[in-house]
Amino acid sequence: MKTKHKYEPYLYILPALVLLLLFRFIPILLSFVISFFDFGITSIGNFIGFQNYNKLFVDPEFWQSMMNTVWLVIIAVPLSIIIPLIFAVLLNQIKWLKGFFRTIYFMPYVTSLVAVSIVWKIIYAEEGGLANAFLQWLGFQPLKWLAEPKGIFTLLFNSMGVSIPSWLGGPSLALFSIIIMTVWKSLGYNTIIYLSGLQNISKVYYEAAEIDGANKWKQFFKITVPLISPTTFYVLLMTTITSFQTFAQVYMMTDKGGPLGTTKLIVYYIYEKGFDDLQMGYASAAALILFVVILGLTLMQRRLESKVNY
Amino acid sequence: MKKIFSNSIVYLFLIFFGIIMILPFIWMISTSLMSQAEFNKNESIFIPKEEYYVWDENGKEHRIILVQQKEENSIIHVLDENLQISKDYPEYMSVPSSQVRLIKKVPSFHWDNYITAFNKVPFARYFANTIFVSFLTLIGVLITSFLAAYAFARMEFKGRDIIFYLFLSMMMVPEPIYIISSYMLLDKFNWLDTYQALIVPWCVNIFTIFLFRQHFKSLPQELFDAAAIDGCSIFGMLWRIVLPLSKSVIATASVFSLIGSWNSFMWPLVMTDRPELRVLQVGLSYFSQEASTQTTLLMAASTFSILPILIIFFFAQKQIIASYAKAGLKD
Repeated sequence: MKTKHKYEPYLYILPALVLLLLFRFIPILLSFVISFFDFGITSIGNFIGFQNYNKLFVDPEFWQSMMNTVWLVIIAVPLSIIIPLIFAVLLNQIKWLKGFFRTIYFMPYVTSLVAVSIVWKIIYAEEGGLANAFLQWLGFQPLKWLAEPKGIFTLLFNSMGVSIPSWLGGPSLALFSIIIMTVWKSLGYNTIIYLSGLQNISKVYYEAAEIDGANKWKQFFKITVPLISPTTFYVLLMTTITSFQTFAQVYMMTDKGGPLGTTKLIVYYIYEKGFDDLQMGYASAAALILFVVILGLTLMQRRLESKVNY
Repeated sequence: MKKIFSNSIVYLFLIFFGIIMILPFIWMISTSLMSQAEFNKNESIFIPKEEYYVWDENGKEHRIILVQQKEENSIIHVLDENLQISKDYPEYMSVPSSQVRLIKKVPSFHWDNYITAFNKVPFARYFANTIFVSFLTLIGVLITSFLAAYAFARMEFKGRDIIFYLFLSMMMVPEPIYIISSYMLLDKFNWLDTYQALIVPWCVNIFTIFLFRQHFKSLPQELFDAAAIDGCSIFGMLWRIVLPLSKSVIATASVFSLIGSWNSFMWPLVMTDRPELRVLQVGLSYFSQEASTQTTLLMAASTFSILPILIIFFFAQKQIIASYAKAGLKD
C-alpha cells in the first residue's frame, strides 16, 4: 500500500535535482556545446563548427596522449584483475591473520593520490631512491625510471644486446613506472571486491569437484574463474574507467607529462589545454572524445557481459 | 602434512606481497625521520642513523668535520652548536688522531622534520579548509540523498523512474569530462576562488542516493502504515522511524563522502587560486614544488597529510572495507 502523492515527492527530490541539473547535467551539455566554439585567451566564443575536432585529429600531442592512455589501460587493467583475484583466492583459504592482510592490501586505496605520488616520485629518484637501491642490491644497473623516455621493450632488448625498431619500443619506462604505482594503489579495492564475490560461490561446487578428483588448479580454472566472472566484469569496467581518468600521478610525478611527452595521459592533456593554454573549446572537444571512448567501452563491456555470463 | 606445507606457502606469498604493499609507507616514515644530509649521503635506506666525528679536547667534546685522517695527526674543522665552522678555532686544525672519534647513533629520529614541514607553508590552514569543506559537503550529501532516496523508494509519482534513471546515467560521466564547462559556469556565478565552489557542487551524490534508496526499500511497509495510522506526518516518519533505522547506511555513506572529499584534488586545484583557499591536497602539491629538493620534509608532509585518513581507517577498517565491498557489489 504505497500512497499516491501529488507534489510532495517533488519537494523531496528538489534539492538533489536542482544540484544535479546545475552542476552535472548543464555542464555535461555545455561541454558538448563549447566544443564547437572558439574559447581562448583572445577570442570569446565564436561558433566554429567542427574546427576544434579537425585540429584535434591532426594534433600529434593528442594522439600521443591517447596512445599513452591506451598503454596504461592495457597494462594496468589485466594486472588489476589477475593479481587481486590471486590475492582474494589465497586470502579466502586462510583463517589466521586474514583481516590483517586485507587491511594492509587495502591501505594504499584510502590514501590520497597526491601524497603517495610524492612518495613514489622519491622511490623512483635516480639517486637515493628505493627502486634503484633495490636494483643495486640485486646486482643490476640502476635505471632512470621517471626520467627515462625509452620504451620498456627497447630497454629490455637492449640489455640483451638486441636492438629493435622504435615503434616496437612500447610505453616508456617513465610511463611504466606510473603504471606500477597506479596498480599498487588500486589492488586492494579489487581484492576486496573479489573476496566478497568469492563468498557468494557455493562450497557445494568445490566439494563435488573434490569427489571427482579435480586438483586445486583445475578447481580454480573450472569453477572459480567462470563463477566469479560477474565480479570480473565489474572490476574490468571500473578499472578501465578509472584508468582513463588518471591525472594526479602525471601532475605530481612528472614534468608536464615528460620526458618527451611519454607520460602525458589524456586527462592531463585536457587539463593542460584547458587551464594552462586556456583553449577551453579545444579542451572540451578532447574531453568529449574521451567521453565517447569511455561510453563506447562501457556499452561494449555490458554487451559482452550479457553474452558471456553464467 | 601436505596441507601444512601448502598453507605455509600461501602465508609466505601473502607476507611477501604484504611487505611490498606496505613498503612505500614504511620508507615514507623512515625517510621522514632522517636528516637531509643523511638521505643525500644515501647510507641508510630504512632505519635513520647518524654518524659524525668528534674531537675530544681534554674532556670537552666538539663536533668536527674530518678533512684528512693520518696515523698521527688529523686535519679537522671544528663546529659550533649550530654546526657551522667555529670561529674560536683555526679553520684548519691539526690534532692528534687519538683524540678524534667516530660517533654512530642508531637510531636517530629527526622528529623536527614534521614541525619544520608543518610550519614551512600554512598546513594548519590547509587542514582547516579541508575539514571545513569535507564536513559541509557531508552534511549536504546526507540531506539531499536522504530526501531524494526516500521519495524514490517510498513514494509514487509521475516520472519517478525516468528521473531516477537520469540520475544514474549522470553517475557514469567522469569528472574530467565536465570540469572545463563547470569552470566556465562557476566563473559566470562569480564562484571561482570561493568555498562554495568546493562545497555546493558536491552536495549531491548519486551513488549515495542509490545506496539509501536500496536501504529504504528494504524497510517493512508495516512500519510506515502503523505510523500513518497514528497520524504521523511524512517528515515525522523520516525523522522518528527511518533515520534511527539507517545508522549503518549513513555511516557507510559518510565514510565514502569524507574519504572522497579529503582526497579530491583536480577540482579544488582548478577552481581555486588563492593560497588561503587551498585544501590539503592542493597545498601539498604546491609544497612539493617549493620543497622539491627537501626530500625528508616532503616525506614528513606526506605522512601527516595521510595520517588522519589512516587513523580513521585503522579504527574502523572492518566497517570501511565491508562498506566498499557491499557498495561495489550493489552496482
